[in-house]
Amino acid sequence: MKSYETVIGLEVHVELATKTKIFCSCTTQFGGEPNTHCCPICIGMPGTLPVLNKKAVEFAVAVGLATDCTITKRCKFDRKNYFYPDLPKAYQISQLYLPICRNGKIEIETDSKNKKIGIHEIHLEEDAGKLIHDSSSEITLIDYNRCGVPLIEIVSEPDMRSAEEVIAYLEKLKLILQYLGVSDCKMQEGSLRADINLSIREIGSDILGTRTEMKNMNSFKAIVRAIEAEKRRQIEWIELGKGVIQETRRWDDNKNTSFAMRSKEDTKDYRYFPEPDLPPLEFSREWLEQIKERQPELRDQKMQRYQTEYGLPEYDAAILTGSKPLAELFEKTTILCKKPKEVSNWLMVETLRMMKERELEPDQLSLQPEKLADLIQMVEQGTINRTISKEVFEHIFLEDIDPKEYVKKNRLEIIRDDTLLKKAVEKVVEENPQSIKDYQNGKEKIVGYLVGQTMKAMKGKADPTIVNKMVKEVLGDTIIESI
Amino acid sequence: MDITKVSALQLSKAIRSKELTVTEVVLAQLNEIRKREPLYHCYISISEEQAIKRADEVQKKIEQGEYANSLLAGVPIAIKDNICTKGIKTTCASRMLSEFCPSYDAEVITRLEAAGCIILGKTNLDEFAMGGTTETSYFGVTKNPNNINYVPGGSSGGSAAAVAGGEAIIALGSDTGGSIRQPSSFCGVVGLKPTYGMVSRYGLIAYASSLDQIGPIGRTVEDCAAILQIIAGEDKKDSTCAINTVSPSLKAIRQSIQGKRVGFPAEYFEEGLSKEVRIEILKVVQVLKECGANIEEIKLNTSIYGVPAYYILACAEASSNLSRYDGVKYGFRASKYEDLSELYKETRSIGFGTEVKRRLLIGSFVLSSGYYDAYYNKALKVKNILREEFRRAFEKVDLILTPVTATTAPKIGESLSEPLKMYLGDSYTVPVNLAGLPAISVPCGKDKNNLPIGFQLIGKPFGEQEILQTAYQYECTVQKGEK
Repeated sequence: MKSYETVIGLEVHVELATKTKIFCSCTTQFGGEPNTHCCPICIGMPGTLPVLNKKAVEFAVAVGLATDCTITKRCKFDRKNYFYPDLPKAYQISQLYLPICRNGKIEIETDSKNKKIGIHEIHLEEDAGKLIHDSSSEITLIDYNRCGVPLIEIVSEPDMRSAEEVIAYLEKLKLILQYLGVSDCKMQEGSLRADINLSIREIGSDILGTRTEMKNMNSFKAIVRAIEAEKRRQIEWIELGKGVIQETRRWDDNKNTSFAMRSKEDTKDYRYFPEPDLPPLEFSREWLEQIKERQPELRDQKMQRYQTEYGLPEYDAAILTGSKPLAELFEKTTILCKKPKEVSNWLMVETLRMMKERELEPDQLSLQPEKLADLIQMVEQGTINRTISKEVFEHIFLEDIDPKEYVKKNRLEIIRDDTLLKKAVEKVVEENPQSIKDYQNGKEKIVGYLVGQTMKAMKGKADPTIVNKMVKEVLGDTIIESI
Repeated sequence: MDITKVSALQLSKAIRSKELTVTEVVLAQLNEIRKREPLYHCYISISEEQAIKRADEVQKKIEQGEYANSLLAGVPIAIKDNICTKGIKTTCASRMLSEFCPSYDAEVITRLEAAGCIILGKTNLDEFAMGGTTETSYFGVTKNPNNINYVPGGSSGGSAAAVAGGEAIIALGSDTGGSIRQPSSFCGVVGLKPTYGMVSRYGLIAYASSLDQIGPIGRTVEDCAAILQIIAGEDKKDSTCAINTVSPSLKAIRQSIQGKRVGFPAEYFEEGLSKEVRIEILKVVQVLKECGANIEEIKLNTSIYGVPAYYILACAEASSNLSRYDGVKYGFRASKYEDLSELYKETRSIGFGTEVKRRLLIGSFVLSSGYYDAYYNKALKVKNILREEFRRAFEKVDLILTPVTATTAPKIGESLSEPLKMYLGDSYTVPVNLAGLPAISVPCGKDKNNLPIGFQLIGKPFGEQEILQTAYQYECTVQKGEK
């Protein structure tokens, strides 16, 4: 068998997190009753005209700058014409001839090496509505809420060679977009969608093979599966001597396979032409400088700063900055409690564990920095012990309780009443007469057991150090008494 | 005061000085419409109830001292039925929109109402403004009030005929390739096509977005200037609408034209121009000379390519603009269809008339892959050359005098079978749209069938004042001569 290599390029559609749509003032909020985020402009009523949302332009330029693109000083919009019920004007305002950003790159890291992935272009366009097929009534309904939400399409060069590289590229891209604050990148809500262009060629060849375009993957895992499956499918066809057909395929993640949607021959003629309702955009040097100055701290810079400013180990800094919500949570909590390493520990151990158990993504995290800071302070001040603090944390994480109130209400504070403690220890020792003998015989281990029993009796609310001391005292006293 | 002959400025003055009430005027106008409409058929819908109600409101405001300086307060106005009016059907004279009632007003309507004008109704036009005779209307042809066997021209035929035939004092039309000027010329009224970007297109149902412009039709030059003052000026809802424009005051247009340089392009007076029209326009040259203008011969060689370039660009844009009429969201929907593609085909085949379909096919063809450069791009080049040619001409002259049409109005039924001849009839008007310039059509005589002849004055970009001023001086001089 010959050795093959996979050549992959991505087209990533990203919904921009502007408050309003790209050509009207309707909200871009996800969800909402169908057709309630619409106006005559976004549903293409006769006589209406688009007015460009400047924020969407700023966001697109910010992404271009963060990915080393050349910003097109004079860019234009074009109309992409096709009939489909989710597209009310029957054309999408997009950019073909002069996209807003071109010739950029993103550096990715995989286990094997670091690599630069070229960005061919980034263009600005509007999203379409959504068709809802009701299988019971065999009726198709249209929801235009998403219609006119600003999108950027980031087209990479065919520089990736494996699913691993694709995921590394997407992770990096997602971090850039999230750090810039231009998108929430929620794949499950469709705010980040990736189409995969994939072809196979023999290793050593510098000619690109015939490619297919794969659509409809809604998670990174699905992307990996789709790449692996398409790679196998194409190699199989090549080995059979049939060759690959240039076509668009739809990934079905449930069936773990893809289906041909349309071949090259059926490719629509979009009859692109310049959008006459929008004048060309001209960017001044000053304006571009302003956008540059406003670029927020990106991941790499933040990771560096966490090590120098907060003294965190590189490992911690990498994990915390690995997602913007986590980094934000870290920074906000640290400002409140001034214990960076403690905060880092809580996030890296307990928080990530809880997230993993509940399969939560960082952007689904609802943990309040104030509450985590309170919890950390309560431990620091000795109000509660570590065991209890973990229990309280779980309640914060799951039920968003107020830790101070919760501890008070459930009387979880460390009990500092020595008489009470002593009574508890004495009771435990009394119930375990054998322990005295063991202790006398030098079995120190028994102390730990008694401490545990006492802690249990105290419902965990004692300070184990004090209990330990007390157990030894009581044992000593009992021995003296028995002599 | 004879409402069928009076000027809008005179009428408003009488209303504001309490000689007449708005209600009296509106009722008198509605009465004339009732009498004349069966003969001329200028209107698609008459909003009698709303007009009477509005008249009462405006009258009350006038009595409260409002509108003291509003030159057209209280004057009823007819609106071409491709301009959206909230709560009044806006049909574009098409079966496709025969029941369409917008939920929004065009910007020009908002401004007219704010100035105290009263919307009388919606006037007939060629379907989607495509045509030069008003014969392609789904609602039947309008007749030329000067001779009812003849067409009023088009596409703003209903508006021009209404003003000429006593069914409106003033009207709005739209001009994409001559649709205000040509019917104004055929009906013997004054029609102004403003500079592209002078008047907001928001709410004008697009035919060819880069060429469409709303403009006034009136019995006098001053009436047109007064309407322009109301409707012109920046609108944030239309990104192609120019900022910081100034529409000329009445005082400004009453100034002498002593020393003005009027360009006379010989190409526009050669073969194809009827003898009667040539003779009348040559008389205009004499009048302008008497008024103190200098006539200078200029060259406009590229104008002969205007018609083909115009039809390519206008049809291309139309094919995209009219794609939204697909039977999915609003407007006409075919009653029988099996699937989505048939819904589109049936709806559009039945919903559009022959001329519209012809232009949509031309437009789709010239934008198709493989033909784009040969047609669309070449037409764009012609547009740019034409623009440049006019720019150079305006270095030498202040305005240009040309015919509006080669002949007077054709007989009803004469043109429909010969689309190419009809297209060539636009050769004097389309270069103006391609170059985005302002131009006015002014009556200057009649032929043996009592059909009016008009001349055209073309101005520099935003040079409305010069053409209005010259037209006004001509009008005054001729009127003096008649007395």
